[in-house]
Amino acid sequence: MTEVLCLLRPAWREALRGRWLIGLAIALAGAGEMLIRFGGGGATTIVSLLDVVLIVTPLAALVVGTMQVHNAREITELFLAQPIARRRLFIGLYLGTALPLAAALTIGLLAPFAWHGLLFSPLAASLLRLGAATAALTMIGSAVAFVVALKADDRVRALGFALGGWLIGAVLWDGVILLLALLFGDRPVEIPLLVALAFNPIDLARVLLLLGTDAAALFGYTGAVVQHTMGTAAGHALLITALALWLALPLWFAARTFDHKDF
Amino acid sequence: MIIGALVFAIQTGLLIVSPQGPIRTVSAAVAAARPGDTIRVRTGTYREPTITIDRPLTIIGDSGAVLDGQGRHAILIVHADHVTVRGLDFIDTGMAYTEDRAALRVADARDCRVEHNRFERTFFAIYLAAATDCVIADNVITGRPGREAATGNGIHMWSSRNILVAGNRISGHRDGIYLEFTRHADVRGNVSEGNVRYGMHFMYSDSSNYAGNTFRANGSGVAVMYTRVVRMTGNVFTSNHGAVSYGLLFKEIQDPYLDGNLFSGNTVGLLADGADRLIAVHNRFEDNGWALRLFGSTVDGRFEANTFRRNSFDVAVNGNGTSTVFNGNWWDGYHGWDLNHDGIGDVPYRPMRLFAMLIEQAPPALLLQRSLFVKVLDAAERVLPVLTPTLVIDEHPLMRAPVGAAR
Repeated sequence: MTEVLCLLRPAWREALRGRWLIGLAIALAGAGEMLIRFGGGGATTIVSLLDVVLIVTPLAALVVGTMQVHNAREITELFLAQPIARRRLFIGLYLGTALPLAAALTIGLLAPFAWHGLLFSPLAASLLRLGAATAALTMIGSAVAFVVALKADDRVRALGFALGGWLIGAVLWDGVILLLALLFGDRPVEIPLLVALAFNPIDLARVLLLLGTDAAALFGYTGAVVQHTMGTAAGHALLITALALWLALPLWFAARTFDHKDF
Repeated sequence: MIIGALVFAIQTGLLIVSPQGPIRTVSAAVAAARPGDTIRVRTGTYREPTITIDRPLTIIGDSGAVLDGQGRHAILIVHADHVTVRGLDFIDTGMAYTEDRAALRVADARDCRVEHNRFERTFFAIYLAAATDCVIADNVITGRPGREAATGNGIHMWSSRNILVAGNRISGHRDGIYLEFTRHADVRGNVSEGNVRYGMHFMYSDSSNYAGNTFRANGSGVAVMYTRVVRMTGNVFTSNHGAVSYGLLFKEIQDPYLDGNLFSGNTVGLLADGADRLIAVHNRFEDNGWALRLFGSTVDGRFEANTFRRNSFDVAVNGNGTSTVFNGNWWDGYHGWDLNHDGIGDVPYRPMRLFAMLIEQAPPALLLQRSLFVKVLDAAERVLPVLTPTLVIDEHPLMRAPVGAAR
């Protein structure tokens, strides 16, 4: 464990040196500040931030994660020459990338609410969800980024794959869902579609966030079905399990790749 | 002693019922009263069989005068003209599946006043059957919400004429206010919330007025059916969430007029299924899932100077279009311009988005609400307006929200 912690430090420094994180956090805080100022800091602000979280977080995690793996290539090779288990090195690298990023994004997101004294307002529950979703999406995005970066040695190709993955998750997958809905629209296919949504972590996070606003209540039969199936404790557990799987599977895959990779 | 009380009553026209006095039940007082007398009910709980008022009387309760139905029977039946019931508490009629058991029933009577009473845990609270020229005002009616069949209506009017229903607070009943075959009702300033089915429900009740009422968080909302000439002004329809909930439902209605109402936070603000010549002006639709849903059977409607703000969908029309005209409304989604500064946008606005139309065809697609894909779709519509369905169009959208719309 101490080895992992030792490995975390250079990665953390590397991350800070890039100033990526600070820039991201400030940008996110700026967006939040504007939304609170012009949106009044009510439930509408949360809903607007929801868009920011769902779009920005996975994108940032994928891009920063991919870059980080390539930036850390030399130091990785250096460490590999030391008597350290590869698995531990991998864990250190991953946590060193994902944790600071998750922290930066979550803090950037919540900071404006903190200095406006809204953290413990009635919004607290929604903010908690928002923060948790941000952290989860960052960790997942970073894991996927590790897979991409370890599989594609070329930096530009890796970035291309990462962006492609984001495009699929953020936009295209929902297009497929819409097509499915239109094909079977006259039947109550809410549940099968919810299952299809589970194949996309961004959609999972979106459903989780929507359940936290009263938006779900406003959407008639479909909203009621979602609220009824996913709004319960069991539904939440299911959503969170699916998200956890989305973290575990890419991580396992990336770790396996890392174990056998010839640097 | 009883004789003394009766002599006093004959001299003054006032009979006093009290737990310790010479007259200990309201029934006894009614039996002893002459037409036009006043019965004063002192503080205390009165448990007696159903009281029938068969002559013109005024009954006034002191604060804490309780008529208890003991969970077994109806409490008061008014079966005479010119009766006033004021300041009494009616409690515990119990449930009844075989009769419309009511705490206070007015049957075949003219000129009644029911004011400032409290009703708690009653099956039906106030039940008017064939009543004319009555006032039902400032009563507080609190039911025990349960299943639909396990509770009656708060204020129930059947086949009545010229009824003023004002300033009542009704909650926890099946329908807060219910009108059937009732003409010329004036319903104003009531608050009806948390009722199991409808905040207000009326059928076959023509030429009635509804003003300044608040209908909040009722099971389905307010339902208006099979009625001609409905006038609703300054009402608030709010917080009706659910799979089949709406602020206001018009079903098979002719000539409804909506002015200055607020529809906020409902799954559907206004649902029109067969409303002819609907006119809606100066209403505000805010924070609803759908502000308006118009079924194809809704013809020749007119929407002017309404405000649409923060609704997920402003308008949804099923079928191939609508003959309803939108003109000069304010839409928060409007991005047009106004070169001659006359306050009217130079390009028409089409409030029904492509996504809204897709959802009409495939409701489960709502799962994509707030997805980036939908935003991309919206952006595509802006670049290529040809994508936007032309089912609904506002030729003269306002640049600013009309002032003084709704309260």
